[in-house]
Amino acid sequence: MPILTHLEAIRQGIWEEMERDPSVFLLGEDIGVYGGAFKVTAGMLEKFGADRVIDTPISESAIVGAAVGAALVGLRPVVEMQFMDFIACGFDQVVNMAAKIHYRWGAAVPIVIRGPSGAGVHGGPYHSQSNEMWFVHTPGLKVVVPATAYDAKGLIKASIRDNNPVIFYEHKFLYRRIKDEVPAEDYVVPIGKARVAREGTDIAVITYGAMVWTALEAAQALEQEGISLEVLDLRSLLPYDEEAVLASVRKCNKVILLHEDTRIGGFAGELAALISEKAFEDLDGPIIRVTAPDTPVPFSPPLEEYFLPNAKKVAEAARKLAAY
Amino acid sequence: MRAIKSPKTAKIAYHRADGLLPQSPDVGTLERMLYYLKLTREAEYRIERVLYRQGKIVGGVYVGRGQEAIGVGSAIQLVEGDFVLPSHRDFSSFLIRGFELKDLLANWLGRANGPTRGRENTTHVGSLKLGVIPIISPLGDTLPVACGVALAFKLRGRKNVALVHFGEGTTSRGDVHEAMNLAAVMKLAVIFICNNNGYAYSTPTERQYAVKDLCVRGPAYGMPGVTIDGNDVLAVYQTVRQAIERARAGEGPSFIECKTFRMTGHSAHDAAEYVPKERLEEEAKKDPITRFEKLLLAQRVITTRQIKQMEQRIQKEIDEAVAYAEACPFPRGETAIEGVYCGPDCWWETGSAV
Amino acid sequence: MTLSRAQLHDLYYFMCLNRRVGEQLAALYRQGKVVGGVYLSVGQEAISVGSAYALGPHDFLGPMIRNDGAMLVRGFKPRDLFLQYMARRDGPTGGRDANTHFGDIRRGVIAPISMLGELIPVLAGVALAAKVRRERRVALTYIGDGGASTTPFHEGLNFAAILKLPLVVILENNGWAYSTPVSKQAAVKDLAERARAYGIPSEIVEGNDVLAVYQATRAALDRARRGEGPTLIEAKTMRMKGHGEHDDARYVPGELLEKWRKKDPILQFERYLATRRLMTEVEKAALESRIEEEIRRDVEFAEASPFPAPEEAVRPVWA
Repeated sequence: MPILTHLEAIRQGIWEEMERDPSVFLLGEDIGVYGGAFKVTAGMLEKFGADRVIDTPISESAIVGAAVGAALVGLRPVVEMQFMDFIACGFDQVVNMAAKIHYRWGAAVPIVIRGPSGAGVHGGPYHSQSNEMWFVHTPGLKVVVPATAYDAKGLIKASIRDNNPVIFYEHKFLYRRIKDEVPAEDYVVPIGKARVAREGTDIAVITYGAMVWTALEAAQALEQEGISLEVLDLRSLLPYDEEAVLASVRKCNKVILLHEDTRIGGFAGELAALISEKAFEDLDGPIIRVTAPDTPVPFSPPLEEYFLPNAKKVAEAARKLAAY
Repeated sequence: MRAIKSPKTAKIAYHRADGLLPQSPDVGTLERMLYYLKLTREAEYRIERVLYRQGKIVGGVYVGRGQEAIGVGSAIQLVEGDFVLPSHRDFSSFLIRGFELKDLLANWLGRANGPTRGRENTTHVGSLKLGVIPIISPLGDTLPVACGVALAFKLRGRKNVALVHFGEGTTSRGDVHEAMNLAAVMKLAVIFICNNNGYAYSTPTERQYAVKDLCVRGPAYGMPGVTIDGNDVLAVYQTVRQAIERARAGEGPSFIECKTFRMTGHSAHDAAEYVPKERLEEEAKKDPITRFEKLLLAQRVITTRQIKQMEQRIQKEIDEAVAYAEACPFPRGETAIEGVYCGPDCWWETGSAV
Repeated sequence: MTLSRAQLHDLYYFMCLNRRVGEQLAALYRQGKVVGGVYLSVGQEAISVGSAYALGPHDFLGPMIRNDGAMLVRGFKPRDLFLQYMARRDGPTGGRDANTHFGDIRRGVIAPISMLGELIPVLAGVALAAKVRRERRVALTYIGDGGASTTPFHEGLNFAAILKLPLVVILENNGWAYSTPVSKQAAVKDLAERARAYGIPSEIVEGNDVLAVYQATRAALDRARRGEGPTLIEAKTMRMKGHGEHDDARYVPGELLEKWRKKDPILQFERYLATRRLMTEVEKAALESRIEEEIRRDVEFAEASPFPAPEEAVRPVWA
């Protein structure tokens, strides 16, 4: 099987969907001639032409709104946000227009809004945010956050084929750092299904996105200490895989909820509530969160490192919880 | 009247309804226009002044009394495949595009049989089949959507147009700016129609913009801009016609400011005491329906007798629609959780218009 | 509005300093000492310097990413930019934010954010406060040709026009928004056209002519101070480098760069000063060595500054 980077997997996924379905087209800033700020759409203008790879003015609200309009009449736009931080500039079109149309009057809005998110590359407060919870709290949207190259490709394809607005988070730290085997043949990874990234018995670490790799790193370190971590990669946050979460909790009886997003109002809060509602009796210890603190993402390397969860912080939390 | 020519023009083309021009619509269309003007006025009267006061309407009521000419003069000339994105004061657009009055009324009453099955206010009703995409409450959001519809037309080589209405209050929003710029850059077949009715809720135009006529907004983006008398249904018809022809020929978008006046409050609960009485009296004299009716009578397009018959027919239609709507059941509570996503079990029709 | 010889020297000094700071940042970037990207204003110095120099001491400034020159005029030192770009402890944000994302209320400088256009409503608000308090202060901010397509550009300018706020917006049209040429950004020849849509005056200036920029800004500031409302100034220029130092800008035609290189704002101004005998070779040499000394000292200072302590990350978010 070919080995692809996270970025290349996404690029291939979009490419193949554009070949498969002529109604798929791309809309965004600097995605054509330049191939995108991170080159996710490199070569697509040459291959698919200016009608299907459309450079736009700096108008996020118009970009998302136009995607909605084109989707309503039968096309499948894939919108790039140069950084997911900039989705704030088109927020209303996402949460008030796209998200609610199907519920309100029954028309499908098959759009994908994708782009780089997350920290770890010293991008500062406006190029590093993990703002997925803005959308997880908006019924009607789907929110997808892949960790592996395999999932990134399978999920971007599933997102493009989905009949609903999907917010697709690509972690920029993973773009060129993560490589794995990606089949050449067509496949999709279903939205809403989690994946056990590593089997374990003592503590379930439930996480998503770049933090999956952090959890795996911690799991490896703790193996020698005799602590067995299970790592559950959620892959999608809305909808999310309740059963997989509960299965891991019931298996390990102890749980760490890990995310790069800040603490209050982060996805861990939702998971903790679910677990206490449905698996309270299965718990042998407190539910522990490992998250970023409630600050903007700082720029300077030592500050950013302090801000971000890492394997050491996960391992420390796991040791304490194991001893509980 | 050649108001819409090159992208550099911003014109005030006050057209006076004192005669029919060579480009005027045929008699059948003129009659239909009068019918829809009157149907809209009367249906909205029933909704706002009767059903609302009887406590039967669910939620607020927003009507377009006094500005019916804009919706009628524009939507009447759309063809199959075209789209209209009406404002909340363009009830006529829904009727002209083929929504049935009874269904719209059922929707006003929050009933299960309305097009939104009780989920939405009637100004928010849409249909891909009929080519209507409704507003959402953050006004201005439909302008980029209209661009997307027109972009799809362009990508598919279709000659259709998207016609989008918005108030002068909405012009202050960034979406209007982004959309007009995008449409101009991409030469999209969008007709931007500003229904300037003098007030955005309680905010008068001088608190909304610092120009005399909004037509100057067109050339700011490289599209023609024109300001017309929005109470003159023929001026609306002819100006929109030129814009549509331009758009169908691939020459891009146009901006049309239709000056009119809101002859009611922002919504049925609003007595609009902030509007000077003299202004209302002044504006009442320019009523678009009375004017049009007079013109048609003077030009012998229609007789007084025919108008009477039309009015009786309209009352009967409204009576029947109200009776139907009132007989419709409310939706079952548990249906509230259905249809958030469009899935394989999608409970509503979706369609591809392109 | 004639400038004294000393003031002309000031303009020259700040433009050269701006250029040299940029060159130094590019060098630090290549040495791997800069954290993140570097966004230079090479070729656009006349706009930042000419406009900020026209401000009064109590006026406000909202710089964008390529207005480091305006920040220097406003009293920030080269070291502030070096420290900030190198994410050091002693930088203006202590390593919390990057590049020109720093301000100082005492200097009347409001920091930008990455989302373009957002400063226009904010500076309109600053101007509103000045108006409400009956202070004769003016707010000046900038926007690019790309930023002119954004929501806050429209909402901010319209708002300022209605309330006749003392606001001056300089639309710095450098031809490119990242890889997007202005022809794909707008369908008008002159973005200054937009002013008419808001009912405010506009002016188009040669952005590489520091005196023209100064005069136009000065006139707009005076207008604003007289209570006559906002002005939009379109300054035509050219981005002579990539969007950032990581971007080789292959998409920009070489001839275009060649054409604009001949219009370099510093060289132009040098010629102006020389032909009118407004600056002697000795004076010029003295300014240059002053700048070199300043740069040398500030780079040294910045490089010696440590990174912030990690736990500084959670310094209180709230005031």
